[in-house]
Amino acid sequence: MEILYLLIPLSLVLALLIAVAFWWAVRSGQFDDFEGPAHQIIADDDSAP
Amino acid sequence: MSSSLTATFNYKVVRQFAIMTVVWGIVGMLVGVVIAAQLLWPDLITGISWLSYGRLRPLHTNAVIFAFGGCALFASSYYCVQRTCQVRLFCTPLASFTFWGWQAVIVLAAITLPLGFTTGKEYAELEWPIDLLIAVVWVAYAIVFFGTIFLRRTPHIYVANWFFGAYILTVAILHIVNSAESPVSFWPMKSYSAYAGVQDAMVQWWYGHNAVGFFLTAGFLGMMYYFVPKQAGRPIYSYRLSVVHFWALIFTYMWAGPHHLHYTALPDWTQSLGMLFSLVLLAPSWGGMINGIMTLSGAWHKLRTDPILKFMIVSLSFYGMSTFEGPMMSIKTVNALSHYTDWTVGHVHSGALGWVAFISVGCIYYLIPRMFGKSEMFSTRLITVHFWVATVGVVFYIASMWIAGVMQGLMWRATNPDGTLTYAFVEAVKATYPFYAIRLLGGTLFLAGMLIMAYNVIRTAGGGKGVEATIPAAAPVAA
Repeated sequence: MEILYLLIPLSLVLALLIAVAFWWAVRSGQFDDFEGPAHQIIADDDSAP
Repeated sequence: MSSSLTATFNYKVVRQFAIMTVVWGIVGMLVGVVIAAQLLWPDLITGISWLSYGRLRPLHTNAVIFAFGGCALFASSYYCVQRTCQVRLFCTPLASFTFWGWQAVIVLAAITLPLGFTTGKEYAELEWPIDLLIAVVWVAYAIVFFGTIFLRRTPHIYVANWFFGAYILTVAILHIVNSAESPVSFWPMKSYSAYAGVQDAMVQWWYGHNAVGFFLTAGFLGMMYYFVPKQAGRPIYSYRLSVVHFWALIFTYMWAGPHHLHYTALPDWTQSLGMLFSLVLLAPSWGGMINGIMTLSGAWHKLRTDPILKFMIVSLSFYGMSTFEGPMMSIKTVNALSHYTDWTVGHVHSGALGWVAFISVGCIYYLIPRMFGKSEMFSTRLITVHFWVATVGVVFYIASMWIAGVMQGLMWRATNPDGTLTYAFVEAVKATYPFYAIRLLGGTLFLAGMLIMAYNVIRTAGGGKGVEATIPAAAPVAA
């Protein structure tokens, strides 16, 4: 099962990348507001002119 | 952002993918009906190698997953990312390239698979020149999508875009690792996998299950998180839960693949690990399902009159059912009964027809009028008819396969007191026969629903011209 020497490190690298993305999202204030974004997409009027 | 080119959203590429979703849906499901008929009547088509079951089956799976599902994902992700970022899709020519490139992949698949060119890897059957084209198109897709995110005019990245982004990135990695192969000739197309034996099986199902997890789940969840609130006219039930859903899902999905290889040469601990991760997945999956359905909380009456919403809410119910059934089937003792039977086929179609196709259909019904400057589809009644025909079709399909699968599993394992097998294999095949007929009926009904949809789409598009919506001058008020 030498393939695990590829797949497990690959998964760990991916998990690390996901962790970095999560860290960036928290630090840059993506999750400061859990109400506004949900309403914003409804406020965007995309009905045909 | 003041030039006239950036003043409108790029609806053209969304429109193209939306139309092709319907076209490839019909093609892929028609091939599915043909092979279902071949299982019922094995002599239906004899003597034409191109139309034999073994060649049409990968054509069916590729057409419904990557052509129908893929076009729906392209259309919805391109629409969602533009509307939520309030900016035109990055690099119009590259976006057009992803459309024509993806259609070329599909047409090449439709030619080479019946000719018998295959790598033999399930859901990755296409040979190496097409694999290269897929990689190029997919990288272009990532550039267009993330370029648009980068240029966004809203500070927040809406949760649906996180799901779409995760699906695009992960599918790129899965495709590249699993398709590593040594080409030996261009014509006839032939290559050998970079991996051998059980190593190859492990990579294949690492790919295979994550393709289900990221192509058929994360991508369509992105669709759900944008189009369900938009169609319902209400914000998602809990935005906080949607964010938790996203991170929990992508952190746990990667290692569910070994459950496809229970009781094989794969090391026992790897199988158990796969089973464990599969069971953990139930939690985020049901969180998302509840979040989507509860969006209608306080507005359930809309389900009575809006068939598009019916499609979406029923799709979430099927998502909940298949994400309960999947972890259950990954338990080794259950898998000992279900593996290699038609139960698996039933499970896949409960996800593929009930969840993926229903949410896609709802999304396309949402998009088509907007793409042609209409306020609604040509006929709401026909959408209702489509909904009921398709729902009855799915129920016939999965109920027959559940019964057939459990019956097969029980017949295969039955032994006499002296230890010999009670049934010959062919007896289980014979007992399955009536269920193949019911499955064919269910599939035909589902295909009929798609034809009703095609008529409705043609009538909606017929009188109108393709429109490009202008980007609102001011971004919506930041909360």
